[in-house]
Amino acid sequence: MRLSMDLELQDIPGQLMQSLEPFKRYKGNIISVVHHRDRKTPRGTVPVQIVFEIDPSNIENIKNHLEENGIVVVRAGEDRFIEEISVLLIGHVLHTDLGDTIDRIDSTGFAEVEDLSLRMPGIEEPSSAYLRIRATGKEEIAKSLSILRHVGAEKDLLVIEPIEAEKI
Amino acid sequence: MREVRISLVGFGIVGHGVLEVVRRKRELLRGIGLDLKVVSVTDIKGTLFDADGIDPSILHGARNMEGIANLDIIGKEAIQEIDSDLVVEVTPTNIVHGQPGLGHIEEALSSGKHVVTSNKGPLVVAYNHLQEMAQDNGVMLKYEATVGGTMPLISLIEKNLVGNEILRIRGIFNGTCNYILTRMMEERYTYSYALTEAQELGIAEADPAYDVDGIDTAGKVVILANSIFGMDAKYEDVSVTGIRDITPEALNLAWERGYHIKLIGEVPALKVMPMLVPRRSPLAVGGTLNVASIETDLSGTITVTGLGAGSIETASAIVSDIVSIYTSRQIDG
Ligand SMILES: NC(=O)c1ccc[n+]([C@@H]2O[C@H](COP(=O)([O-])OP(=O)(O)OC[C@H]3O[C@@H](n4cnc5c(N)ncnc54)[C@H](OP(=O)(O)O)[C@@H]3O)[C@@H](O)[C@H]2O)c1
Repeated sequence: MRLSMDLELQDIPGQLMQSLEPFKRYKGNIISVVHHRDRKTPRGTVPVQIVFEIDPSNIENIKNHLEENGIVVVRAGEDRFIEEISVLLIGHVLHTDLGDTIDRIDSTGFAEVEDLSLRMPGIEEPSSAYLRIRATGKEEIAKSLSILRHVGAEKDLLVIEPIEAEKI
Repeated sequence: MREVRISLVGFGIVGHGVLEVVRRKRELLRGIGLDLKVVSVTDIKGTLFDADGIDPSILHGARNMEGIANLDIIGKEAIQEIDSDLVVEVTPTNIVHGQPGLGHIEEALSSGKHVVTSNKGPLVVAYNHLQEMAQDNGVMLKYEATVGGTMPLISLIEKNLVGNEILRIRGIFNGTCNYILTRMMEERYTYSYALTEAQELGIAEADPAYDVDGIDTAGKVVILANSIFGMDAKYEDVSVTGIRDITPEALNLAWERGYHIKLIGEVPALKVMPMLVPRRSPLAVGGTLNVASIETDLSGTITVTGLGAGSIETASAIVSDIVSIYTSRQIDG
């Protein structure tokens, strides 16, 4: 089963290798390790995301082993949403039922709006929303974008997509 | 020494630039075996003609042909009557019917003259037809200055990337939009304030629609589609969204998340729309710069950037085209 884990490591040499050790021991197959050295937490720790495949019965063992070694396990679980994309909306984002806009993505089951920021300069002025959408794959990202384009046309919102999205 | 007799049609910003570049680079051009001689200048008022090459001092300070024209023929008639090897067509762009440039270029090609132009209109309306005409008459039609001004895009693809399959071209092809968006982001100006500033600086026209509504970019997308991708695209085939609805708040929000907002033209998808461009992307150029990323099968992605407009800058692309007509002919023969 494919799972992912968010860890926080002390910023000292050897920590990363130490954190990978229990995955080996419990026969996990590591798919990716993303080390966010540039996004240190206020506690001075370094966030790391590990995606791996493993027999789920071993996940508790890995967690315990990590915690015994002073590594913080922030989250562990199924990783369904492996692709993400940023989109910006401009227009009457709020007055055209933002909840509904988000729900059109979330209700697909294959994608969800994970992050949302709003800028509202004035009541009559168009506002802007930044959304980060995560989805189960590239195709699902493309489908989510197409849903948003639809919603944009319907609600008279300008949908600004990132140039990378085009590769999908 | 190869003498090239040039008829200049259009005596505006670019026309003046062409005369200036030809004058300044005379010796350099002679060094490569080309003697460029402007034998006529035509605008809407008349034509100045001198078979030995026009003395630049006559044109000095002149804004148009009024008072200095010595022939009362203009347009197609002037192109037909005057004995020249090459026509530089730099009249105003009209991408709906292509005129007056379309008629000028047809006339020049059918009378066996090479054409170099910065005028998008005729190429948007009739690229394939004009290239066929050029071929039938054994002459060349060059148009580097129509897309990205001084930025070498067409010649880069035709010469340096020859053998590559071009998969996609994306870029910023309008310096006015890029300037407005850059100022909105950096100074938090509203769209209308940034537009006014651009107008005061002469970067935007009094009627900005052509630039800010993406029409100009779409015209360039059509030219690239037909010339580089061998398509038969028309202006109406391009899906176009301009920049009027972009707000400083949106630009700021995008910036905080690591993006710029740029008006991007894309071929062969035939799209023009504002897009999020990662801050570290080579497409993230500011000010009035233009940029294009060319995605190829062999060479990967190549990005070029440069000034998309300006009198001397555009003229430099025109003169490069003139030189390439005669230098590539030398190789042929
Ligand atoms: N400016 C740039 O930086 C730039 C960059 C890239 C491409 N271009 C393109 O290059 C072309 C020229 O641009 P520009 O900025 O030089 O324009 P411009 O300053 O408006 O000059 C156009 C010239 O064409 C003349 N003209 C108009 N109708 C004519 C006709 N029927 N016969 C002969 N001459 C005629 C005009 O004469 P009157 O003034 O007497 O009407 C004027 O001299 C345009 O197509 C433009 O889109 C410009």
